[in-house]
Amino acid sequence: MSQVSNRVFAKSWMIGVYAFLYLPIITLIFFSFNDSRLVTVWSHASLRWYGALVNDSDLISAVLLSLEIAFLSALMSVFFGTFSAFALHRYTRFKGRTLLSSMASTPLVMPDVIVGLSLLLMLVSIQHWLGFPQRGLFTILLGHALLGTAYANVVVTSRLREMDIRLEEAAMDLGCKPFQVFKLVTFPLLIPALVSAFLLTFTLSFDDVVLSSFLSGPGYSTMPMVIFSRARLGLNPTINAVATVTIVVVSAAVIASSLYQSHQERKRKREMALAYSNKNS
Amino acid sequence: MNESSSYVRHFNWGKLGVISVPYFWFVMLALIPILIVLKISMSEMELTSVSNMVDWSNGWPTVKLNFSSYLFIGGDALYIKTYLSSIKYAFITTLLCLAIGYPFAYFMARSPKHLQPMLLMLIMLPFWTSFLLRIYAWKTLLVSNGVINNILISLHIIDTPLLMMNNSFSLIIGMVYSYLPFMILPLYANLSKLDMRYLEAAADLGTSPFKAFWLITVPLSKAGIIAGSMLVFIPAVGEYVIPELLGGPSTLMIGRVLWDEFFSNNDWPMASAVAVVMILLILVPMAILNKYQAEQAGSKS
Repeated sequence: MSQVSNRVFAKSWMIGVYAFLYLPIITLIFFSFNDSRLVTVWSHASLRWYGALVNDSDLISAVLLSLEIAFLSALMSVFFGTFSAFALHRYTRFKGRTLLSSMASTPLVMPDVIVGLSLLLMLVSIQHWLGFPQRGLFTILLGHALLGTAYANVVVTSRLREMDIRLEEAAMDLGCKPFQVFKLVTFPLLIPALVSAFLLTFTLSFDDVVLSSFLSGPGYSTMPMVIFSRARLGLNPTINAVATVTIVVVSAAVIASSLYQSHQERKRKREMALAYSNKNS
Repeated sequence: MNESSSYVRHFNWGKLGVISVPYFWFVMLALIPILIVLKISMSEMELTSVSNMVDWSNGWPTVKLNFSSYLFIGGDALYIKTYLSSIKYAFITTLLCLAIGYPFAYFMARSPKHLQPMLLMLIMLPFWTSFLLRIYAWKTLLVSNGVINNILISLHIIDTPLLMMNNSFSLIIGMVYSYLPFMILPLYANLSKLDMRYLEAAADLGTSPFKAFWLITVPLSKAGIIAGSMLVFIPAVGEYVIPELLGGPSTLMIGRVLWDEFFSNNDWPMASAVAVVMILLILVPMAILNKYQAEQAGSKS
């Protein structure tokens, strides 16, 4: 094969994969502006289903519940994920480290149905002894926070790996107490990773249907649970409208945050370069 | 600073705190729940709860183990068929993800450096937007009066709609679609670090590019291939949402059986036993994944 035909093949393969990944998303968005009740037959453009969305009180309350759970569980995930990343990255030798690292990676790959079932059976056992917690917001929150912690652990760990330990050592040499080192050096360096971890765990929670179905109680339906029950019955144009709103908001947030992070990264590199050039001159 | 020497000098409360917080969290929410599933899988269903494993009625504790759920699974052809079919679909999904994802990751790692962050983000973006909605989107594409059939009929390519929905075709499309990024990301991470000088050396020694690919690139990316395959295979075995929305009555998946045992039949011991057998099935792939991840972390530091 010649060099040129190689490149053409590579390009068409990549375009094909991107088309496969984006075709469903584009279809969803396109048909959300369709006036017809039939999701798959185009009649003419309208905002009819967005109007229906505004009046869909079931869906709106589910969205609010999902946002609340996603926000709280993302906070918890980042908190516990940072702790476990520190424990696993900074302390390479302690009893039970292997157990901790496998417990932290299990929720990443374990099928959702098993995580949901096992958490529910544990919570039911606790409720049997103590009389609480009732199934509802709190129990969904615990499930999402467990899953999120495992993801936050990965994000923060990879940041800790790249981080220059000498910065902390320098602070220590200059007389900082361990907590001061964390507050003045480590934490500011970690902020980009904490922001990515928060966004990731927020969207994971906002997206989850299996854990929520196991862990929720009467009266607590998250947005994915409502969408899932409607999608099981058949095609429904309001789902397209919800999907479009979700996709636009999430994509905007992801793109904005990655632009912000690459901007910060460039700024930091510039400052480092400046610091070194000052030292040398 | 040597960690163990500071440990000898004074007991390190900070270390204890940093380790015990995540330890407590994961033991409570990951370890104990699995042990409870194991326990309940060996109990019997009573009216509103499951039987106690330890019986105190004689005045001393007697442990009652009940293997009836396991015996039922082992003796029922449908359960065994469902497990095998779950493994089959997960395996096909993994192979297809590898076949599509490996060339993709390879080309991405070879594309101009300044484009790579954007290409990577375009792979990640669908992963961020709702998984459930993307599966639903495939439903609108594949049903008999769906988008693809409508287009093909209006172009007079076909007369009768193709049956692409609620069968293994739609199930596998949905699974490959959802899990492809999990294959591409570890492969890309691995292939982008590949030292090009090996390939140059091989070319200098007269090896054809095709041969160099099989003899150098593929073996060096073994860790990425294994990590990606396990990241696809393990969750795919227990997948519930995709078979529920895109699969049909003939596409047996064990995740759906577990769900039905729990939500429709309210049979907790049975659901737990189905879960335990599923865990046993994915235990070996999980061990392989952990080993390779530990090796990769070790080689980095």
